[in-house]
Amino acid sequence: MSDYETVIGLEVHVELATKTKIFCGCSTEFGGDPNTHTCPVCTGMPGSLPVLNRQVLEYAIAVGLATNCDITRYCKFDRKNYFYPDNPQNYQISQLYLPICRNGHVDIRTESGVEKAVRIHEIHMEEDAGKLIHDDWLDASLVDYNRSGVPLIEIVSEPDMRSAEEVIAYLEKLRMTISYLGASDCKLQEGSMRADVNLSVRKAGETEFGTRTEMKNLNSFKAIARAIAGETERQIDLIESGEKVIQETRRWDDDKECSYAMRSKEDAQDYRYFPDPDLVPISVSEELLDEIRSREPEFREAKIVRYAEEFGLPEKDILLITENKHLADVFEETVACGAPAKKVSNWLMVETMRLLKENNLDPEDIRFSPANLASLIKLTEDRTVNSTVAKEVFEEMFKSDCDPAKYVEEHGLATQNDEGALRETIQKVIADNPQSVDDYHNGKEKAIGFLVGQTMKAMQGKCDPGSVNKILKELL
Amino acid sequence: MANIISDETIEYVGILAKLELSDEEKEAAKSDMGRMLDYIDMLGELDTDDVEPMSHAFPVQNVFREDVVTGTDIRDQILKNAPEEKDGMFVVPKTFD
Repeated sequence: MSDYETVIGLEVHVELATKTKIFCGCSTEFGGDPNTHTCPVCTGMPGSLPVLNRQVLEYAIAVGLATNCDITRYCKFDRKNYFYPDNPQNYQISQLYLPICRNGHVDIRTESGVEKAVRIHEIHMEEDAGKLIHDDWLDASLVDYNRSGVPLIEIVSEPDMRSAEEVIAYLEKLRMTISYLGASDCKLQEGSMRADVNLSVRKAGETEFGTRTEMKNLNSFKAIARAIAGETERQIDLIESGEKVIQETRRWDDDKECSYAMRSKEDAQDYRYFPDPDLVPISVSEELLDEIRSREPEFREAKIVRYAEEFGLPEKDILLITENKHLADVFEETVACGAPAKKVSNWLMVETMRLLKENNLDPEDIRFSPANLASLIKLTEDRTVNSTVAKEVFEEMFKSDCDPAKYVEEHGLATQNDEGALRETIQKVIADNPQSVDDYHNGKEKAIGFLVGQTMKAMQGKCDPGSVNKILKELL
Repeated sequence: MANIISDETIEYVGILAKLELSDEEKEAAKSDMGRMLDYIDMLGELDTDDVEPMSHAFPVQNVFREDVVTGTDIRDQILKNAPEEKDGMFVVPKTFD
């Protein structure tokens, strides 16, 4: 195996985060009843007229600029003709001759430290197809056109990757860049980011490429890694046994960990592209480019460097917070409200992550305001609440974005700062638990934990365990 | 007729267009297509050296719509175009991919 080299190029489809479809005003929202987000345009009715959604163009340009592409200043749409029931027009509106972006690259760094640039051949805008569902009862297919006309960009790389690790680093880089731009949430599992893998093998040292296959249906990084390993092996086996690799599209079955050819030979792949006469050409002005450039956010790489310098956070914290732009925004805004950076980072990394996971939510779903998180941190800093109470308040804040100071006051959760009352309670706990006191004096350090617990219970949690500990030791 | 369409070509075009033609229809289509290509070839006689390539006849550019939902649920009307419907969906011959 080792004397072969794997050559991989990727076609990545990304669903753009627009409110409406690419050529009509139908909603792109997920989960609607079948065909409730459809109109004559996205069901391909004769006489309907598609009109380009401006946001689609702006997102595509933003992604192109962020991936170092040349933006095509005069671009247009073409029709890609094919018959399939998920495509009601019998053609897909796409871009062949003048795609919006060309000649870009992204810099990647793999887990094992390989650094390289992966070139981007082009990025084009196009429309998604409908969804086919098989109906066993009728032995027919059912079509839902809600996804028909949802805007996509297709990012076509050059065959610059040599391993699954590089492919994953490239996809991660695209995902981070595009999600930071807000152009898509890029979720492989949910299909808002889809990768087709073009793969060929050649003997090490060979300069010509081998015959490639295209692999579809890869919906997780793990599936991609397995598919690359499987296809590499299949092609090498073919060559070693004197057979030829056939250029074809294959579908990966991740359960069976193997792939099979998707289209038969009779199915001619001749798309007869031609300019779409319904859509007028686009001329991209320098002003539009400047405007889109000026909106470009600080990307993750820059944040990682700045967070270390400005906030002195540990690398682990920085990587977790910058994994998601919204989380990074919450972090920065909370710090701007005056909260210490490490404290904010702890709340985000531990409690926030726990609650997001438990409730099956994304960082985008965070509802508490940075000001309220800062205020809760202040309450713990000046010991108005202890950490147990703070977590309780945070859970409520996570749900309803309540004002923590108000919540603490209304529910009487503030720590008792009356040391006299605390001493009195502790004295009573000592008197009521002679066994534990004896244990403590006999060297059982743990016994004090029980006494602290009893005191907290007697105080209904409204005291600072540190102070309880201190007074207990003093009185014992 | 300068353009002669071969049997293979008409067969291939038939596959692309998902049309099944009888032998008679094929012969007629071959001669029609040949005449169409002859007609298009006339363009080649023109001197287009100083003409900019274009894809659209009108000097209109940049027609956009804003990203605002204007569509409403008109499924009942849309489904009237379906040859058959079930559970709010179009019923089509079995496909697999």
